[in-house]
Amino acid sequence: MLQILVEALAKTYRVAERAPGLAGAVRGLVRRRWREVHALVDVSFSLEAGELLAFIGPNGAGKSTTVKILSGILRPTSGRVEVGGLVPYEDRVRHVARIGVVFGQRSQLWWDLPVLDGFDLLADIYRVDPAHYRRRRDELVAMLRLEPLLGQPVRQLSLGQRMRAEFAAALLHDPAILFLDEPTIGLDAPSKLAVRAFVRRLNREQGVTVLITTHDMHDVEALAERVIVIGQGRLLADGPFESLRASVLAERRLYIDFAGPAPELEIRGVTVRTRTERSLELAFDPAVIATPKLIAAIATQHAVEDIHVDEPAIEEVITRFYDLHDAREA
Amino acid sequence: MQSVRPYLAAFRTRFQLMLQYRAAALAGFATQCWWGAIRIMVFAAFYGVHAAAAPISLADAITYIWLGQALLALLPWLADPEIGQAVRTGGVGYDRLRPLDAYGFWYARTLGWMLARAVPRAVLMLLAAGIVLPLVGLGAWAWRPPSGMAAALLFLPAFVLMTALAAAVLMLANIVVAASLNERGVNAVLTPLVIVFSGSLLPLDFFPDALRPFLHVQPFAGLVDIPFRIYFADLGGGAALQGLALQAGWTVVLVGLGRLAMERMMRRLEMQGG
Repeated sequence: MLQILVEALAKTYRVAERAPGLAGAVRGLVRRRWREVHALVDVSFSLEAGELLAFIGPNGAGKSTTVKILSGILRPTSGRVEVGGLVPYEDRVRHVARIGVVFGQRSQLWWDLPVLDGFDLLADIYRVDPAHYRRRRDELVAMLRLEPLLGQPVRQLSLGQRMRAEFAAALLHDPAILFLDEPTIGLDAPSKLAVRAFVRRLNREQGVTVLITTHDMHDVEALAERVIVIGQGRLLADGPFESLRASVLAERRLYIDFAGPAPELEIRGVTVRTRTERSLELAFDPAVIATPKLIAAIATQHAVEDIHVDEPAIEEVITRFYDLHDAREA
Repeated sequence: MQSVRPYLAAFRTRFQLMLQYRAAALAGFATQCWWGAIRIMVFAAFYGVHAAAAPISLADAITYIWLGQALLALLPWLADPEIGQAVRTGGVGYDRLRPLDAYGFWYARTLGWMLARAVPRAVLMLLAAGIVLPLVGLGAWAWRPPSGMAAALLFLPAFVLMTALAAAVLMLANIVVAASLNERGVNAVLTPLVIVFSGSLLPLDFFPDALRPFLHVQPFAGLVDIPFRIYFADLGGGAALQGLALQAGWTVVLVGLGRLAMERMMRRLEMQGG
């Protein structure tokens, strides 16, 4: 079942612009210059119910704008959007009752209220049936290990604790779709793992459709089967993460520690990336020279202490991809 | 019941949260006692010289002042700070994610904020000016009960309407704050306007004759002048009903305006960042 449909979506902001300094400020008083910023240009994609889709892209790429349009906060400049058969910004009230949203940089819980009071208030706001609410709340509290936090005001929670509470808050009304805008930003490693495990469970066990935006490539690797890459408001790629990785970079890395000084190497298809006195980092394409062959070639000629092969870091894959499309933030 | 449940919850939460601020309530009460005393002395001096020229008796004027000081926090002279904060922190985005009438949601919260500030101050003021002053022999300077049963009964709807009207005025201010991303400008304009035209500074009948036809029909009159004059039966019978109608009419108009403005503002709303 098709749950999200986006066609030729565009969003253009008009921002006032002025030259820097006092002169610019004075000129701005008299005559204001406007500049158009194209946050989204012709973005189209669709999402089936129960899918888990990750949106990645550099800062300012238009990820959050997309989420805000899909969740009904912003209206697009043009294009067609349907979520669960509704146009979010036309039918806002009915639409938002069926979705849950977590913005990693904002809080939807009330700063001065204990967590539990915030949940109660949300249940009232979403008109959740009291018996159903208690069941759902207890389930989420158990899944997210919130029990010890329920009596604490939100302002006293650590970021990791707060994000767990935020997830529960977004799900009390049983939304069919969950939008996550950078939910792991600023979290420590265990909290990130907890968030990923929870999102995966939610998607697999409860069938919640998830659209997540993130900068953290480990989020993507751990969660998403499908990835959309967006840059400068344009959709650059849409497909399985593995194929994205394969298409951008087949390159491998070889790290070697030598018993003596690092030698000069002249092997076809291999470049030296970094060199220290007794170690080398090589980049090579396995299609040109197979990994065992390369290792054998080096180990037979030089006294090697340690050797290991690695793939380029995920961040690097993505940065290359952005550069390939000239999509890095200006 | 289901339909008002979210709004009642929003009101209740805000009311309870604001009620925690005991120090603020005490400080407000102390300030308002001080100002009340000064204003009463000014009035007494004026009545000492020009008693015949005054449109109401000194005793009524004194009650008018105490009542005004007690209910000062109900006057819509400052935009709800939570709105300004929500706009700056982006919390407004979350407000748009609630399956609620956006105006009603804010209105309920603003109402909770106003009443939670007003109630403790009013109770303290009633104790001090209505009970303690007569007990210590200063009855002449006291806050006196409504002038008769009819006045008391009419004051109830007048009080409800003055609160509803005040929240409607505040909502307009809130919307301007949300649209302009800053509350200072709004408050700088709103405060003097409300203080003067509501009759909080001076009962409206003290203004020059030529201004009075205008002063008595403008919306701010329903905030102080009309309900207070009903309280001491200066407005009774048909005049009182007219006053209530004026309060109700302006409330409807301002709520309608606020809804329109909010709709427009929300359409233009642009969330900053990424």
